[in-house]
Amino acid sequence: MRTLEKLLAVAVVAGLAASPAYAAGGHEPEKQDWSFNGVLGSFDKPALRRGYQVYTEVCSFCHGVEFIAFRNLTKIGLTEDEAKAVAEAAQIEDGPDENGLMYMRAGRLSDRLPSPFPNENAARASNGGALPPDLSLITKARRFGPDYLFALLTGYEEPPEDVEIAPGMNYNPFFSGEQIAMFSPLFEGAVFYEDGTEATIEQMAEDITQFLMWTAEPKLEDRKRMGLGTMIFLVLLTGMFIAVKRQVWADVH
Amino acid sequence: MTDPHEPEHNKMQLKGIMGWVEYRLPWVGLLNDSVGTNYPTPRNLNYWWNFGSLAGLALVIEIITGIVLNMHYVPTAEGAFASVERIMRDVNFGWLIRYVHANGASVFFAVIYLHMFRSFYYGSYKNPRELVWWLGLIIFFLMIITAFTGYVLPWGQMSFWAATVITNLASAIPVVGTGIVQWLWGDFSVGNSLLGRFNSLHYALPVAIVGVAIIHMWALHEHRSNNPLGIDVKGPQDTLPFHPYFTAKDLVGVGVFLLVLAGLVFYAPNMLGEPDNYIPANPLQTPNHIVPEWYLLPFYAILRAIPDKLGGVIAMAGSIIILFAVPWLDTSKVRSAKFRPMYRQFFWLFVIDAIVLGVVGANAPEGNWIIIGRLATFYYFFHFLVILPVVGWIESPKPLPDSISTSVLGDKKPVAEPAE
Repeated sequence: MRTLEKLLAVAVVAGLAASPAYAAGGHEPEKQDWSFNGVLGSFDKPALRRGYQVYTEVCSFCHGVEFIAFRNLTKIGLTEDEAKAVAEAAQIEDGPDENGLMYMRAGRLSDRLPSPFPNENAARASNGGALPPDLSLITKARRFGPDYLFALLTGYEEPPEDVEIAPGMNYNPFFSGEQIAMFSPLFEGAVFYEDGTEATIEQMAEDITQFLMWTAEPKLEDRKRMGLGTMIFLVLLTGMFIAVKRQVWADVH
Repeated sequence: MTDPHEPEHNKMQLKGIMGWVEYRLPWVGLLNDSVGTNYPTPRNLNYWWNFGSLAGLALVIEIITGIVLNMHYVPTAEGAFASVERIMRDVNFGWLIRYVHANGASVFFAVIYLHMFRSFYYGSYKNPRELVWWLGLIIFFLMIITAFTGYVLPWGQMSFWAATVITNLASAIPVVGTGIVQWLWGDFSVGNSLLGRFNSLHYALPVAIVGVAIIHMWALHEHRSNNPLGIDVKGPQDTLPFHPYFTAKDLVGVGVFLLVLAGLVFYAPNMLGEPDNYIPANPLQTPNHIVPEWYLLPFYAILRAIPDKLGGVIAMAGSIIILFAVPWLDTSKVRSAKFRPMYRQFFWLFVIDAIVLGVVGANAPEGNWIIIGRLATFYYFFHFLVILPVVGWIESPKPLPDSISTSVLGDKKPVAEPAE
């Protein structure tokens, strides 16, 4: 009996340990200490703004964030006027007008951020056949999420001698299959941060990861805050239930 | 008032408007007979008997959150994924409702599995509760279909490819297979028609689950709960009224259940899901590994253990159908594993086997996983077809106590002793 229970415990632990074994190639990224981790985690507001800048000045030429609207930008520290100004600078296709024609107009707060390509074929044609994925959900759509993204962006290196890189591909040990069509998008000073932060590759990778964690899980802060209150309430409630149960059963034990 | 036509249970003495209603519709009496002071319950039930009420709670949570989600969900191949994201971003508390619904399904299955293993350990499926067991299995089957159709609705990569793989299983049936697959799809490929009908089924089947659950409880209430000793109730000294004793005990389970669910929802809402399902469905790109949700992994492992497609489908269906025969495959008259030293060992081996099957299901079918999967699948059927009947014949059970009350109160053991 006891040995069987031990066996069972071993089986459970082994099972949990073996489960991630189906990660599809690629090195396991190192765990980072994100501000949004943990029970009381929250976004790093200045990093979100910097990350948005990295997105606009680097990523947005190939990648969209289709689920983000200009109005959402107030959540990362832009004032409503600033968000409005960003929207108005964008050209959005609308229509049809009274003549049945589509037309371009300045963006409004309610518009989504426009994606760089009108459709998949256009995106592939501009990228040597590869499709740059939309980034709205990228940190939830990959195993290891933000840690993966950070490792990928900072993980470009010279390929080992025995690896032959296909034409138009780049070596990145964190990418599934280790060959990625995207060239290393970040280089020292790729953006100029107005808050004086030095734009190192690591810094930019950290900032864009914060931003893309926000685009994927914009309610993260609400969730964690509500979670803490709920857990405290439920612990008290369960404690009360236990006390009531003991009281009720006191006379029959 | 001694009306001979008035049934025994209808003796609720209520005044005023309550009495007026009760005389015509004895709902307070019904509740009192079902979960109240007039429902005698074995006094020695331990916490393993909490999972029935928790399953009911999980079902209610799923139905309520599901109704709200369906108000905002768009069941079309074009709109489904974006509508789920709209729920997550723009619907008030939509993220909370969706995370509760998705993780609630996981917790529901966890509860149901514990409920079933409780039954295996204490022999709850035995005479005279075979039909309670059958009705429970029907609920379990309906739950699998409901969970699977629900998994497809967000129309992410895993949704699409799970739907493709599972509906294609029907093509293994000789002659009519392809026809059946196209009938299931309502089309020549997995797309809009399939999504529409899966949405419809996902909404309809829980209603059937509620119905079967009511019959499950109806059948249960005829012979009432089994208990950790597995012996019959011999008189009032063996029981306690359901209320307040077991309502209070069930509430403790409710508290722990809600803590687990809230822990998942607020701190690990995507832990049990597949990242691939946050990628919109793409019929042109197959994911590296197509896996179902964790609670279906053991059955997925059985499906893939057989090298032949039709054989795999038969084995998977058989792994559930065989459960209906368990009350007769288990030849022992003793219910509780407490008094069955040999069966108890095999019970735990079966638990390990089920976990191993789950792990195999999560891994790509290559290398050692193939062999482990086949051995575990073989053992799954071996447990039911050979071990259960043979152990019942050759085992000499320990002597059973005379009654629940002497066993529980005689040597001053606590009533609610933890299970082994």
